[in-house]
Amino acid sequence: MKIGVLALQGAVSEHIKSFAALGIEAAPVRLPSQVNGLSALVLPGGESTTISRLMKDFALVEEVRRLAQQGFPIFGTCAGLILLAKKVVGLEMDTVGVLNIAVRRNAYGRQVDSFEADLTVDVLGATPFRGIFIRAPIIEAVGEGVKVLCRLDGVPVAVQQGRILACSFHPELTEDIRFHKYFVDLIVKG
Amino acid sequence: MIDTGTWKVKAGLAQMLKGGVIMDVVTPEQARIAEDAGACAVMALERVPADIRAAGGVARMADPSVILAIMEAVSIPVMAKCRIGHFVEAQVLEALGVDFIDESEVLTPADESHHIWKHDFKVPFVCGCRDLGEALRRIAEGAAMIRTKGEAGTGNIVEAVRHMRAVQDGIRRLQALPVDELTAEAKNLGAPLELVLEVHRTGKLPVVNFAAGGIATPADAALMMQLGADGVFVGSGIFKSSNPEARAKAIVKATTHFKDPAIIAEVSKGIGLPMPGIDIKTIPPQELLASRGW
Repeated sequence: MKIGVLALQGAVSEHIKSFAALGIEAAPVRLPSQVNGLSALVLPGGESTTISRLMKDFALVEEVRRLAQQGFPIFGTCAGLILLAKKVVGLEMDTVGVLNIAVRRNAYGRQVDSFEADLTVDVLGATPFRGIFIRAPIIEAVGEGVKVLCRLDGVPVAVQQGRILACSFHPELTEDIRFHKYFVDLIVKG
Repeated sequence: MIDTGTWKVKAGLAQMLKGGVIMDVVTPEQARIAEDAGACAVMALERVPADIRAAGGVARMADPSVILAIMEAVSIPVMAKCRIGHFVEAQVLEALGVDFIDESEVLTPADESHHIWKHDFKVPFVCGCRDLGEALRRIAEGAAMIRTKGEAGTGNIVEAVRHMRAVQDGIRRLQALPVDELTAEAKNLGAPLELVLEVHRTGKLPVVNFAAGGIATPADAALMMQLGADGVFVGSGIFKSSNPEARAKAIVKATTHFKDPAIIAEVSKGIGLPMPGIDIKTIPPQELLASRGW
């Protein structure tokens, strides 16, 4: 198994390291041709407007949409979640548009409002997961087919729709690899 | 329990900027051009370094109204500069809500002995360095991100290359040394032993390291990335060129595809004239910005 991490901009090496801790090879993807032979794709954290523009310039919006529509496993964190969303509230932005949620960027505030919090995620077991939220988006609405895996103060922060997993925080910034393991074991292999 | 201003959250924002281009802007219009071109953040200033250099005198933190107007104009992170050691300018920038503070040698230092104790702030800081020792001293003071200094406002990449190579050489040297020689090396570097041990163990800086100071072309940006930068700052290089929109987009693409010369060639076509450059040897030593701070 080899997992691709979209490497246009953002925290790419952190995801590669998380998969390496699971004994799984992951490689950067910068062009559509580099998707061949992969088992899954990660859209990492970063600046969503930057990644969106580069995806458009290098024909990756359509490519990732095509993959998602074929049931290819995709994991998006923070900016990655925004890029998967069907609706970005208050901003014109090219997204893959396959995840049935409405999301608002930077909705918790500016950087001084960025935070860490313990999250209860039933599918990961009883031990809390440390969520790192950096200029994080808020999921404002969840549509049909989307399962909420975790909420913080009532707001969804991790969701799954078929073989798409997405969260508004950064599991790749922690040593806790349970989200990556869940993605591999239950979505990529499942 | 919600915790703000933690080390993870501060260093984490720098990690989210990796692979990106941070552009100096002096107006909301320039900030929008930068955002549209794909900048991952902007640095809000009153004057770009080339103009600061030309104007001389004392360069200070920008007028808060300039910074606020730029924060209003874009949705990407906004950085702003304070003078080295001027912790009250930093307090003001934090109160304005900027996303990152650059304690910068481009402004006239307020303190020639001490940098800001950056652990006291919730907002993350980026600081300049010329070598590994300087980088580790700033990280010890709480910098959540490092950039090599280069020589700002010159459009000349030579100092940026010198400083990036010095940092990378320092890291390789620490990796190669046996552990019983690291205390002496920490003394030579003027850096805390704990950080020296960490670099020895991991083979990299504990925080993200961007390149800055002299980047003027897409190939300059890709050069710094191939030399090991995590991303680039472009100061005067965009808005002092003949076609800022085209050059900004080209530098963003070259930074992403830094290992792909065919793409760098393609994006470098027809983007107008770069900013005029300055030979570093013609600058009087007292006007060099990189030697400010220690």
